[in-house]
Amino acid sequence: MKNMIDIQGLTKRYGKLVALDHVNLSVSEGCMFGLIGPDGAGKTTLYQILTTLLSPNEGSAVVAGLDVVKDYKKLRTEIGYMPEKFSLYPDLTVDENLHFFASLFGVDVKDNFDLIAPIFDQLKKFPNRLAGALSGGMKQKLALGCALIHRPRVLLLDEPTTGVDAVSRSEFWNMLATLKEKGITILVSTSYMDEAERCDCIALINKGKILDINTPGKLIENTDKNLYNASSKDMYPLLEALRTLPDIKDCYTFGATLHIVTNDSFNPDNTISQLRQRGLKDVNIWPANGNIEDLFIKLAKNDG
Amino acid sequence: MSIFQSLIKKEILHLLRDFRTIIVVLVIPVVLLLLFGFAISTEVNNVRVAAVVEQHTNETRHILEQFRTNTYFTFKGIIPFDEIENILRKGDADAVVIFRSELGELKHQIIVDASNTNMAQTSTAYLESVISSATGIPVVTNTLYNPQLKSAYNFVPGIMGMIFILICAMMTSVSIVSEKETGTMNLLLVSPVRPWTIILGKLIPYFLLSCIILTLMLILSYTVLGIPFSFSVINVIWITILYVILALALGLFISTIASTQVSALLVSGVMFMIPVVLLSGMIFPVENMPLVLQWFSCIIPARWYISAMRVLMIQQLPIKYVLTEVVVLSVMTMIVLVLAIKKFNAKK
Amino acid sequence: MMDKEIVISVKGLTKKFGNFTAVDHISLEVHRGEIFGFLGANGAGKTTAMRMLCGLSFPTSGSGMVSGYDIISQAEEIKCHIGYMSQKFSLYENLTVWENLNLFATIYGMNSKTIKEKTDVAFKTLGMENVQNVLVKEIPLGWKQKLAFTAATLHSPDVVFLDEPTGGVDPSTRRKFWEMIYRASSEGMTVFVTTHYLDEAEYCNRVSIMVDGHIKALDSPARLKQQYHAKTMDEVFRIVAKDAKRSD
Repeated sequence: MKNMIDIQGLTKRYGKLVALDHVNLSVSEGCMFGLIGPDGAGKTTLYQILTTLLSPNEGSAVVAGLDVVKDYKKLRTEIGYMPEKFSLYPDLTVDENLHFFASLFGVDVKDNFDLIAPIFDQLKKFPNRLAGALSGGMKQKLALGCALIHRPRVLLLDEPTTGVDAVSRSEFWNMLATLKEKGITILVSTSYMDEAERCDCIALINKGKILDINTPGKLIENTDKNLYNASSKDMYPLLEALRTLPDIKDCYTFGATLHIVTNDSFNPDNTISQLRQRGLKDVNIWPANGNIEDLFIKLAKNDG
Repeated sequence: MSIFQSLIKKEILHLLRDFRTIIVVLVIPVVLLLLFGFAISTEVNNVRVAAVVEQHTNETRHILEQFRTNTYFTFKGIIPFDEIENILRKGDADAVVIFRSELGELKHQIIVDASNTNMAQTSTAYLESVISSATGIPVVTNTLYNPQLKSAYNFVPGIMGMIFILICAMMTSVSIVSEKETGTMNLLLVSPVRPWTIILGKLIPYFLLSCIILTLMLILSYTVLGIPFSFSVINVIWITILYVILALALGLFISTIASTQVSALLVSGVMFMIPVVLLSGMIFPVENMPLVLQWFSCIIPARWYISAMRVLMIQQLPIKYVLTEVVVLSVMTMIVLVLAIKKFNAKK
Repeated sequence: MMDKEIVISVKGLTKKFGNFTAVDHISLEVHRGEIFGFLGANGAGKTTAMRMLCGLSFPTSGSGMVSGYDIISQAEEIKCHIGYMSQKFSLYENLTVWENLNLFATIYGMNSKTIKEKTDVAFKTLGMENVQNVLVKEIPLGWKQKLAFTAATLHSPDVVFLDEPTGGVDPSTRRKFWEMIYRASSEGMTVFVTTHYLDEAEYCNRVSIMVDGHIKALDSPARLKQQYHAKTMDEVFRIVAKDAKRSD
């Protein structure tokens, strides 16, 4: 399988700040590739280089066989881009937005409508509604439709589901899965870990550097073995107490429980009795299965 | 520190940290005043004039001497009759005067380049007065209130009318709306602060800023521009303060109807700035407008303010001559203030 | 939990805008020190309901008490006893970190001595002693978020309302933010929070799920998962909200 996106030693600096630091990344054709990283990790900069909006200082990036610097004009017809912020015209209707973006690429809406038809299932009921009056989830779908209208080979999505409710998010990801089946390569960044697990492959990025690239399954296998859940009625005192104990490398909130990363010498029963001495009587500690989020926290922590 | 003080302090810090705005706000009035006062004066200096003389007489020599020595003219010399069109077309002269004797009496004709009508009229008037005084038939023009015919005078009230709308209405509305946009307005509204306090905390800093600008403009008007100083300055100040309050209320009102900074700018710009410039009599006299526009100009606060300022600053007349204006401004202030506060307090 | 004092209680709360019923007869009770998750799809009416609880808007019908005061007749008293943090982490960008805290503390009627004491403690726990005099627009988003929370809670309110306090923030920052919420709750503050991140619903003691202006589900995350035979809150939400008609 050939690579749809090929990035070699890509570096971008803004003055002293290094937004991307010798990034190497390749995405094979038809892959759903996730980009995970905290705010300011360099995700948006990477997107802007891949969409030819920025030029890199060093290194090269080839998308769909075209260099982002030399062949940028040709490349622009091969990619569909959805920026982080809702970027359609709120004062144009659904139909007008779609036709406008189609005309930018010199295509007819009808020609490629089959591609976006599943997305437009709900939207087609109100073609004359102003884009600004749509709900968050609907806006996202319209934006995706507009990014797809010229039948791009690569879809670049920068945090497409931020601020969208859970039902719409899940629908959105079902659509991405359909698009992937049609052979479209998708590079998507997200801060939702459940979404990350739906990708074929994930790159963890922080401070402009790629920390790890692997399938979600492999990544989870590599998480800490010494991971435990802890819970009690009063979570905050428990959190504070655990952090003072030896054998505990890290402790953080994790939904209904706390996750603790421990040394090999950790013994849950000893810890429970130590906590009881401090007045925490109802503590439970049991082994936990790590997920992408635990890995992310570990990587973000190791990096400062 | 009381709640009120800290709100005001916050607003002042905002103003001070927004360095560009504060510079613009302080510099624009001064620049406008000096620009209108000196550069864009309707006075005409250096009228370039050429003459065609059929036969020299004592009179013509005297007039030509006047052209040479008078600072308002630059004499381009005596030219032959068929050169007239050429010299005007090339733009080497603004006007040509033709002298011819008929039955021993000197007759003259003035040909003037009227591509700038304003300049043409003024230079014709200058030429006429020089020629007529030389021929012994002086034209006696008596100008009242502005004896030197300085056009800078006329612009001072207009500029003041415009600046205060700009600063008070535009800046207040934009600053309130920007708090709506960033969400901080909601934080203030859910806090124990009364809406009244929030409003005053917004208005007072801009009021103070207006006072500083007023002082600056008055000093400039009475010194650099040389408007004669008199006790009417007290009236000028309090009527301006009334006008500032009206403009602040307008700003508050705009902020209740606009939801983004851009729309606040547009509303205050389109609804207030343009009419202020066009209909307030600042540039075009209201009396020359079609009747419908004259009526329309009545709802523009600046029209009343500028007219009052003309009377007080230039004509230097006592307060009783501007009673109508003061009453109209006061009523407008009351109405807008009540509307704005009602609208601001309305719970959704 | 049932023996605890009730801080928020709402009965039949309704808000209509013309023909549109944004909030339709909702009733709920929240106890002191509880972390209450107020979930719902976009446009389900969460923000409208929250605005009524904060005294920013009056209900069309129904009644409610917040911190012992009536939301209709005593809106001004309520405002003294609550804190509010908006989804945009609203702070004054052109003021420094300290000036922001000082402003909000003064607005809530604290005197300068108490402000000094409280802000010193706050800066220490936040690890922000060195940025006190930095303009807010220059600090990272995660810090802004913590600062906005501190500004909303410095006057030790009975209830703090958080309107999507973690939107657009990455997981590790969100996690640290929830630690702050835990601390506030352990000090007896009631936390009323809306969020889009359903993994965060698990942090709450109890959650309600709003659909089309109604509260469709209200219980602890564990019991809701049991009731809907779901593994995660995400699934619960999808089951409860799947028939939603409204979307804005």
